[in-house]
Amino acid sequence: MNLTLRIWRQADAADRGSLHTYEVSGISQDMSFLEMLDVLNEQLNANGEEPIAFDSDCREGICGTCSLMINGEPHGPEVTTTCQLHMRSFKDGETITIEPWRASAFPVIKDLVVDRGAFDRIIQSGGFISANTGSAPEANSVPVPRDKAMRAFNVATCIGCGACVAACPNGSASLFLGAKITHLGELPQGQPERWDRVVDMVGQHDYEGFGGCTNIGECAAACPKEIPLDVISQLNKDLRTAMKHGH
Amino acid sequence: MPDTTLTSDRSHDEPSPGQYDDAAGYYTLGDPIVDTKAPQGPIADRWQTRKFEARLVNPANRRKLSIIIVGTGLAGGAAAATLGEAGYNVKSFCYQDSARRAHSIAAQGGINAAKNYKEDGDSVHRLFYDTVKGGDYRSRESNVYRLAEVSVNIIDQCVAQGVPFAREYGGLLDNRSFGGVQVSRTFYARGQTGQQLLIGAYQAMQRQVAAGTVEEFTRHEMLEVIVADGRARGIIARNMVTGEIETHLADVVVLASGGYGNVFFLSTNAMGSNVTAAWRAHRKGAYMANPCYTQIHPTCIPVSGDHQSKLTLMSESLRNDGRIWVPKKKEDCTKDPRDIPEEDRDYYLERIYPSFGNLVPRDIASRQAKNMCDEGRGVGPMVGDFRRGVYLDFKDAIERLGEDAVREKYDNLFDMYERITGENPYEVPMRIYPAVHYVMGGLWVDYDLQSTIPGLFVTGEANFSDHGANRLGASALMQGLADGYFVLPHTIRDYLADGPFDKIDESHEAVVEARKSVEDRIQKFLSINGTRSVDSYHKELGHIMWEYCGMERTAEGLRKAIDMIRELKADFWSNLKVLGSADTLNQSLEKAGRVADFIELGELMCIDALNRRESCGGHFRAESQTEDGEALRHDDEFAYVAAWEFTEGDEPPILHKEDLVYTAIEMKQRSYK
Ligand SMILES: Cc1cc2nc3c(=O)[nH]c(=O)nc-3n(C[C@H](O)[C@H](O)[C@H](O)COP(=O)(O)OP(=O)(O)OC[C@H]3O[C@@H](n4cnc5c(N)ncnc54)[C@H](O)[C@@H]3O)c2cc1C
Ligand code: SF4
Ligand code: FES
Repeated sequence: MNLTLRIWRQADAADRGSLHTYEVSGISQDMSFLEMLDVLNEQLNANGEEPIAFDSDCREGICGTCSLMINGEPHGPEVTTTCQLHMRSFKDGETITIEPWRASAFPVIKDLVVDRGAFDRIIQSGGFISANTGSAPEANSVPVPRDKAMRAFNVATCIGCGACVAACPNGSASLFLGAKITHLGELPQGQPERWDRVVDMVGQHDYEGFGGCTNIGECAAACPKEIPLDVISQLNKDLRTAMKHGH
Repeated sequence: MPDTTLTSDRSHDEPSPGQYDDAAGYYTLGDPIVDTKAPQGPIADRWQTRKFEARLVNPANRRKLSIIIVGTGLAGGAAAATLGEAGYNVKSFCYQDSARRAHSIAAQGGINAAKNYKEDGDSVHRLFYDTVKGGDYRSRESNVYRLAEVSVNIIDQCVAQGVPFAREYGGLLDNRSFGGVQVSRTFYARGQTGQQLLIGAYQAMQRQVAAGTVEEFTRHEMLEVIVADGRARGIIARNMVTGEIETHLADVVVLASGGYGNVFFLSTNAMGSNVTAAWRAHRKGAYMANPCYTQIHPTCIPVSGDHQSKLTLMSESLRNDGRIWVPKKKEDCTKDPRDIPEEDRDYYLERIYPSFGNLVPRDIASRQAKNMCDEGRGVGPMVGDFRRGVYLDFKDAIERLGEDAVREKYDNLFDMYERITGENPYEVPMRIYPAVHYVMGGLWVDYDLQSTIPGLFVTGEANFSDHGANRLGASALMQGLADGYFVLPHTIRDYLADGPFDKIDESHEAVVEARKSVEDRIQKFLSINGTRSVDSYHKELGHIMWEYCGMERTAEGLRKAIDMIRELKADFWSNLKVLGSADTLNQSLEKAGRVADFIELGELMCIDALNRRESCGGHFRAESQTEDGEALRHDDEFAYVAAWEFTEGDEPPILHKEDLVYTAIEMKQRSYK
């Protein structure tokens, strides 16, 4: 395949940045999107132009590192991560526009790389269960009903990629937040801190500059792990309950 | 002790014991290692004894002590959480943008623990036994016993943190079995166990960040250890965003930097996985043990072309329900597998190893897959001049359990397979082929997880001690968490009881020297200004390693590989091309440092493999096999850990041997038939 790529280049956080156009050829359908960029980078390096910076690590769809807006959609046209997107989703001769995540809470570091440190700070504000090492009770002493365990698991699969934020016109991280609140809130172990957790995490979310949720649903549509939109209802419900009880 | 190296087992052209020295000229022999610091006495009491004897540090003093931890995977993340909670000042480093993205996140299948919830005959002793046997009697007995012992606490800890393990209808934890064992002792969270365990450790660690006991440095790459007055006292790291070279000093340093499988270029590791942290320590005096022990995992998605940047694992848990086969007749290899009748299929693992069948350990499953393909019975596209694939078929499982049940167990793995290959595994059998997955070698540590540099501790995949020559499934996650949550916090305490150590500052000559070497190296990479990209060197090294130090090794091939690597190294340092500058994010520059270290490591791996003229676990020397092609160990010659000391210049590395002594277990020929 031959492709025309329009790629966002930005030297550093202070630079304004702009789209540059590159041609690549000899792309096979079996390449992942990132392998296609590897090919381009080899070309650039050979021509004396600095390769394009982009993030990736596991390349198996699990670490959440890769993060590209492809033709205006986070991770591109399929419901998956960029590293698991393959070139068979594109046509020969196509023009593809590639940009970094768009959200003011995720400032650009260079080219296609953004800073998602805000997610860690949200977790620091309460996204955990306070269990000290070494004093845990026997694991089977607290049975967890299977449906609760399944629900907790299904939402715990969030990879923290930030596609939900990039997709949201408000730049809200409510899906990410809702996934964590629901994961920990479904489990008996998560109950003691449940109400403080939601208040603190929402506070941090707003402080970081993520927008509010207006139920548009773009987040869930873009989420590579198919985190369902109803985690946001769970989040709002927990927040209301917490407020009512004066947390 | 049953003799596994009876003279009658050997082919006649082999020398008798004491005469193997294939690596003569490539190394010099150093003093043996005699003390591993494991307490004496009955094996079941050793860890209790050590814990009791480890000195205490009172809470007020802990605040005055500082710990650097490189790595935020299961080993490093768990340690940071636990040591922070204990009140020490912890600084944590990782090269990713968040601690949660460490490579442990990719582990799929599960984590072992001797809980015996199934009452199927499991026990601490059996987990210990299976692990030592699975490692082909090349791991250290007392470490493995401790691992089995604390495995039970790991599950309790993770459940308390909210790790959503699979559960049965009654709400109790579910288990499955994994390669190389006959009991169900593996805890799992669908095909994403590593992710869930890591998120548990990460969250525990973030809690400490909020509490102020742990300070995080993400997008920081450690490039040097500072060894001052004989002790590890800090690191030099590069801030990968600004390019700033930073000095971080502490009372003790922990490396939890993962494995070096990426030396093969194609592996199931993350793109950034590297040996730099370990290799820099090795150059500063930490011994590197058993570097040639590489685990090749049998169930990966086959290579599809040379554009490929990594290989994807299909969890070995699939072998519980999937049946592995190839066509009996070569001419069937290009047929649609669904059209090949039952009687024309060779379920070769079930045929050769009836008692373990598809669940034989990884080294055996991998080698047999290779044999089938070498015989011309491989399936899938031609890569080079033969087909590199065997079938992993779920037809029977779907008939027996129903598609829904199969979906529930393995859904994300099936999706991943379909996404990569474009084929639906519910309809067509999967194709799999072995790939580099994990390394059992790593920095040498004693029972306390301390390296040969005082004050430098090494945990998780970065150390060598627990898996021998082959790692059984679901035991690396167990080791990472055991080291981080339960072992290191006790052993490091004993070391820190002597602290705080004399203050050193940035003007100390050890700091100045370390900083300067990092700066010089970076300048060198940027100034060579040759014609070849870093990736092209990495790929070439990977080819050499896979060809000559991969699934099967010969003395001749290894010697050839060493020459090729030496040439590659010379070319690298004169013809590398790295663009951009040192004071911004520069991914080619990061890779240059990693590949430079991989090249040096590759050479040592080949020397280690050349020296070890026996077949054990993941190390298969063609010169040492039984009549029916199984691995043949030589316990009389090689029942030792090979711990290599770095030497400057052109001096050959020095080999120190640590004899492996088994008191609680009998060394046997490993058989799964
Ligand atoms: C695909 C796959 C599936 C697996 N499945 C299983 C399984 O089912 N069960 C099982 O038991 N095991 C499994 N394993 C093995 C297991 O995942 C690993 O061995 C284990 O997670 C390693 O953990 P670790 O903490 O030692 O290192 P890692 O998780 O690799 O962490 C390394 C850390 O070190 C940091 N680091 C490295 N170098 C530097 C540097 N120079 N400077 C700064 N930071 C650095 C990284 O940023 C990272 O934080 C699997 C492995 C793979 C590849
Ligand atoms: S909710 Fe989905 S899109 Fe958002 S961070 Fe998690 S995995 Fe990514
Ligand atoms: S690189 Fe890990 S999810 Fe894409």
